[in-house]
Amino acid sequence: MPKLVIDDKEIEVLEGMTVLQAAAEAGVEIPVFCYHPKLSIAGNCRMCLVEVKNTPKPVASCAMPVCEGMVVHTNSAMVEKARKGVLEFLLINHPLDCPICDQGGECDLQDITMAYGRSSSRFDLNKRAVPDKEFGPLIETAMNRCIQCTRCVRFSSEIVGIPELGAMGRGEDMEIGTYVQKTITSELSGNLIDICPVGALTSKPYSFKGRSWELSHTPSIDVFDAVGSAIRVDTRGREVMRILPRQNDEVNETWISDKTRFAYDGLKYQRLDQPYARGEDGLLHPVGWKEAFSLIADRLQHVPGNHIATLAGDMVDAEAMVALKDLMTSLGSPHIDCRQEGSSVGVGPRCSYLFNTTIAGIEQADFCLLIDTNPRWEAPLINARIRKNYLFNNLPVASIGPVYPLGYPVKDLGNDPQILEKILKGKHPICSALKAARKPMLILGQGGLKRPDGDVILRLTQEIADKYGFVQKAWNGFNVLQTAASRVAGLDLGFVPGPKGYGTQKILEAAKKKKIEVVYLLAADEIDVNSLESTFVIYQGHHGDRGATVADVILPGCAYTEKEGTYVNTEGRVQRTLKATPPPGEAKEDWKIIKALSDKLGLSLPYVTPKEIQARLVEVNPLFDEVDRIQPSSWKPFGREGNVNPAPFEFAIQNFYMTDSISRHSRTMAKCVQQILGQEKVHA
Amino acid sequence: MTAFKFSKENEERVKEILTHYPPDRKASAILPLFELAQRQCGGWLPKEALEAITEMLEVSLIRGYEVATFYTMFNLKPMGKYHLQICGTTPCMLRGSEDLKGVCQRHLGIENKETTKDGLFTLTEVECIGACTNAPVVQINDDYFEDLDEKSFLKILEDLKADRPVKPGSAIGRQGSAPERRRANAKGK
Repeated sequence: MPKLVIDDKEIEVLEGMTVLQAAAEAGVEIPVFCYHPKLSIAGNCRMCLVEVKNTPKPVASCAMPVCEGMVVHTNSAMVEKARKGVLEFLLINHPLDCPICDQGGECDLQDITMAYGRSSSRFDLNKRAVPDKEFGPLIETAMNRCIQCTRCVRFSSEIVGIPELGAMGRGEDMEIGTYVQKTITSELSGNLIDICPVGALTSKPYSFKGRSWELSHTPSIDVFDAVGSAIRVDTRGREVMRILPRQNDEVNETWISDKTRFAYDGLKYQRLDQPYARGEDGLLHPVGWKEAFSLIADRLQHVPGNHIATLAGDMVDAEAMVALKDLMTSLGSPHIDCRQEGSSVGVGPRCSYLFNTTIAGIEQADFCLLIDTNPRWEAPLINARIRKNYLFNNLPVASIGPVYPLGYPVKDLGNDPQILEKILKGKHPICSALKAARKPMLILGQGGLKRPDGDVILRLTQEIADKYGFVQKAWNGFNVLQTAASRVAGLDLGFVPGPKGYGTQKILEAAKKKKIEVVYLLAADEIDVNSLESTFVIYQGHHGDRGATVADVILPGCAYTEKEGTYVNTEGRVQRTLKATPPPGEAKEDWKIIKALSDKLGLSLPYVTPKEIQARLVEVNPLFDEVDRIQPSSWKPFGREGNVNPAPFEFAIQNFYMTDSISRHSRTMAKCVQQILGQEKVHA
Repeated sequence: MTAFKFSKENEERVKEILTHYPPDRKASAILPLFELAQRQCGGWLPKEALEAITEMLEVSLIRGYEVATFYTMFNLKPMGKYHLQICGTTPCMLRGSEDLKGVCQRHLGIENKETTKDGLFTLTEVECIGACTNAPVVQINDDYFEDLDEKSFLKILEDLKADRPVKPGSAIGRQGSAPERRRANAKGK
C-alpha cells in the first residue's frame, strides 16, 4: 500500500487508486467536472490539476495513479494559477446566463468558479453558439452551456449500455448530440440531468418551475418498482416539485429510473380528495367520512365473512396491509390476496419470492440466466447492475422468453418454457456453461409466475438451481424479480388466502357468480374490474383509476409521498418512506382509515399510534424490525410438481412508462409513451 | 437512397481489409471502410453507408458518426465530381492562394464549402496540406497541383470541365521541390 503526502498530510491508500481518490480520503477537496466516481476516467476537463513534486507541469489528479513517496500539493501557487486558467478557458464559451439557467444554485461550474476562478472576465469577443438538441420529452437541452466533459456520453455507453450520445466534430466545434436528432430511449435517461455538471442538460418537466434553494428535501423510498430506490422528494409548499436519487450503493447506486424521477406529476391529477358514495342514480357523489363508513357498516351487517374479499395493490405500504388483514380476520374472511396479477406463488418459504442474490450481489455472479424477464422494464436498476457486471467481468447472460435489447449481449435460448425441462435433464447446450459457472444466478420474472402453471415453473427453476449449484453456502443465485413495491411486504405479512380462501382469480370469478358480495380494494387497480360490476366494492386509494370506476364507496388514501410507510423491496430489504407533503383534501393515511372503519364496525383494531402499528408489523413478522437490512432466508423446497404448458412466455410489463395509478395519470409519462415507447420492439 | 452495398469489387477489398485486424477488434477497420465507401459513393459518405458499415463492424451508430464527423476527410454531404481543396495557410496565402479562391468565385461562382450547379466542383479552403515549398497548392481529389497562379489554375479548371486530361504536380515544370530557378549562390551566380 503506497504512502504519499497530500498537502502535508501523510496518507496510506490502496494500490491503484488515483491521486484524486487519495485526496478525497485525506479530506482534501479537488474540483472536478469530467470525473464521476461511477464512470470511466476521461481526464479532459483539466479542472483537477495538482502539483506533484518533481514533475515539471501540473498533473490531472483524476487520471494519475498514486505511487510510493509522492508529494502532492493542491493549494500551491501553480495549482491556483492552473485552476484559474482552466476556468477562464471553460468560461470563454460558457454563457453567463446563470439567472435564467435551471442549474443555477446547484451548478458545479458556478460553485467552482466562485471558489477557484478569476473574479472578472478578460474575454470580450463573441461566444460560440451551438444549436440545441431534441432529446425527447424528459431532457431539456441548452447546448451553449455544454463544457464537453463527456459525462453524458460515458453514462449512455457505460451505465446504460445503449450508446445514443456522442461527441460530434472536433476542437472548438465539438458538440454533444445523438445520431441525427434521435430521441434518447433509455429508461435511465433522467440521470443525465444529474451527472451534467452545468445547465446543458436539465429536466424538461421541471424547467423554469423552481429554484433549488426554495425546495424542502425529504429522504424517501421509491415505489414504482420493487427495487426500492433511495430518493429525495423535493417539495415547495404542498407540491412535489421533483424527485432526485439518493446514493445507496446496496440498491440504486446513484441512479434512478425515469418513471421514478418523472412520474410525480401524476400525483396532481385525478386524485381522490374526499370520500364518495354511489347514489341511486348510479353516479358517485361526495360524502363525508361518517356517511361513507355508515354505508359500509350497513352493507357489511348482513354479509357473512366468507362472502367478503379483499385485494391489495402494488404500491400499498405494509401498515395498511397488516391493518386490513387484521380487519378481514375479525370479519371472518379468508379471501385476501396481495397478488393482484393472479400469481399463485409466494406462499412458500421466503426464498421462493425474493431476489436472494441481492442487487449488489449481482456483481459477483459469473453466469446469469434470465427466465421470462425484461429487467430493463421491470427493474431498470437491476438491469444496470447486470450491465455493470458485464462491463467489468464480461458476464455471460442467457435468456428464455421474449427478447428485448438490454444493453448487453444476451444469448437467446428461445421462447419455450419446456427448455427449462431440457436444462433440468441436462439435454440443452447451455448446460455445460451452467455446470462450469462458479457463482451462477437466475432471474425469474413475474410474467412466467402469473401463468396458471407458475408454481410448476417455480419448482422447475428450483430444481435447476439445485442441480447446477446456484445455491451454495454463501451464495444464493435463485432470484424472483418482483415488479410491485408492496408485494414482498404483503407476502411477508401473509396477505394471501387463508384456509379455504380464494386467490385473486377465484375472488373475481366468485364475484361474477355473486358468491362474493363485498370486495375491499386497497388501491388494487391492475385487475379485471368488469368482474366486480355486480359486487359492492369499497375502493381505498389515492387515484380515481380503474378500481374507483366500479366502486360503491371510495375512501381517499395517501400516495407514497404523503405518508410514513414501510416497504420491503424485492431483495427483502425493509425500508421506510417519509411524509413529504400532506395528502390532498380529506384524504387520510391508509392504515388509519382501516383503523377508523374497524371502530365503526365495532371490531376495534388494537393500535392507535404509528409506533403501535409498527409493533404490530414486527409481531406478525419479526423481520420488520430490521430496517435497511436483509435477513438471510433458508432454502426449502417450494412450487408444485407438474407439466409445463408449452405456450410461449410473455413479459410481465408491456408498457414501462405506465404501470400503476400514478404513472397512468402522469402527463410526462404520457409523452414518453408517445415519443419513446415502441422505438425498439419486443421479439416474442 | 436505398440501402448501401459495397460493389462486388469493393467487397473483395473489404474482406482483405478485415484481415488486417483481429476478428474481435474489427471495429478498427472503420476508417479504411469509410474511405472505401466514400470513394464508391463519389466522394461523400451517405447516411446509409455509415449505417451499413457500423452494422458490419458491430459498432454503435453514434460511435461511427463521431468518427465520420471528427475526420475532415469524410464528407457527409454530396460533393462535386472534383473536390478543390485550396490551401489557405500562411505560405500558400503569401504566394497567392487568395487569387485562386478568386478564380473559383469568378469562374465557377462558388464560395467556400459550395458546389457548382453542374455538380462538377466543390470548393473547400483547408489548412496546410504540407507542400509549402511549391505554394500555392490545390488538392483536386487525390492529386496535388502546385506552383499555381490564376492562369494555370483556370486552365486546369477549364480542362476538367471539358473532360480533358490534366497533369498533376508543378504547373511551372519544376521537378519535385527542386529550386525554382537554376542553382545559384547568394550573389545570384
